[in-house]
Amino acid sequence: MGLLNIFAKPPAKLVRLPSGSFTVDKDGRVLVSTLPQAFPKEMVQDIATHVLSAFRSAQEAQIPVTEFIVRYSSLKLTARELRGGAIIFLVPQTFTTTAP
Amino acid sequence: MRTRPKILLVDDDQDLLDLYQEILSQLPSQPEISTSVTGARAMAMLEVEPFTLLVCDLNMPKMDGLQVLSIVRRKYPELRTVVLTSVMDEQFRSRVYSLGVDLFWQKPGSGEEIKQFLDCIESLLGREAQSGFRGVQSKSLVDIIQLECISHNSLVLKITNGTLTGRIWLHNGEVIDAATAELAGEPAFHKILSWRSGNFESLPAEPDHARTIYNSYQGLLLETAQAQDEAQGQSNLAANAKTNAAPSGETGPPTPLTPLCRFEGVEFVLALKPGTEKAFESRGLENPQPMADWSRQSLELYRSLGERMKAGPLQQLECRGPQRHLALAQHQELDFCIGWEHEMSTEKIREAMKKALALWVS
Repeated sequence: MGLLNIFAKPPAKLVRLPSGSFTVDKDGRVLVSTLPQAFPKEMVQDIATHVLSAFRSAQEAQIPVTEFIVRYSSLKLTARELRGGAIIFLVPQTFTTTAP
Repeated sequence: MRTRPKILLVDDDQDLLDLYQEILSQLPSQPEISTSVTGARAMAMLEVEPFTLLVCDLNMPKMDGLQVLSIVRRKYPELRTVVLTSVMDEQFRSRVYSLGVDLFWQKPGSGEEIKQFLDCIESLLGREAQSGFRGVQSKSLVDIIQLECISHNSLVLKITNGTLTGRIWLHNGEVIDAATAELAGEPAFHKILSWRSGNFESLPAEPDHARTIYNSYQGLLLETAQAQDEAQGQSNLAANAKTNAAPSGETGPPTPLTPLCRFEGVEFVLALKPGTEKAFESRGLENPQPMADWSRQSLELYRSLGERMKAGPLQQLECRGPQRHLALAQHQELDFCIGWEHEMSTEKIREAMKKALALWVS
């Protein structure tokens, strides 16, 4: 019977936007995280890469930036520069709960 | 001859697809219904033929509903979209609506719910059939009111201009009331008509709404036109006076960016035009090129991150620094980067940014 499982549909899973924070060093390594384990690690890495890249491009353009607040319609991302790395906070936004 | 609307149903459960195909085929508009068990197949079908409506599940393997919808909204903005799902979660509902989806429906579980669902779908298809008047960019609000009054229509016009909203009540072709956030009656009507651009929405009539305006629509429109002529004359005089005494941060003749520069707390304004030529306009910056390049790069970076996370469109990017703060946002096809004084709080900048961009609208 187990053979039939080979043809079973792969499980469908929608990824919830997480609530929590994590810190990354200047090389993009995640040091500490309070994000749910269900949130994909690749996505955390992706966020870290984008944020560090944004801080670096500001530095290269000689625009001093210590904090980014990125407001998407469903998520607020706050990233603070931390000795070359960053601490990143994620707060999902819904119609009923909107972070300040 | 009226063409039959086309509906594309997307769900990974073939049994459900068969069931909904049967249910939807009973609609009075007799739609042609196609089905797809994967998001990728649905995308391929949309490439080949035009559809009126896409009904999509959220929880699907490989390419989930959010991925399908974010691509569809970008590639086919005219396509009506409905999410039909068993996932009842406030976060997903918000994310779906933030993508610009028309309806979010829980999979109906009773005969009554199926009836309501069918009514909604029929209404969406009906709206599509009448959509020759969708996006009346070349018509002013005066034209729209005249059209509605001449047709003796009863409805409520909801008008949005940036952060401002107003309503005009029409009953049997007569303007009976108007309201904005602070005004009501005739003053509200004149205020709404002074807005030069925005969006409008026709809402169902409210026949029991109290009448406060007794002037004819022709009289109201004439008074508005006179008031606007007077205001234009006064603003020309004021603009001439201000040009003669421009603030120290501004150089050159006044441009559309000048009013934004005069907003309290603004240090500079940069408007980035879309397109490969990377054109921009700026006020208050001596060397705007590096700021323009960096703004484009940052917006692109965070937009791509938002798409990957399916977090909805980027609304605003705020950058805090030791010298000044920056706020970047898209508005009317342009990307704006505004420099704000360092003393301003994040919340204040957020509010001020909304007001400054609304100023650009009007």
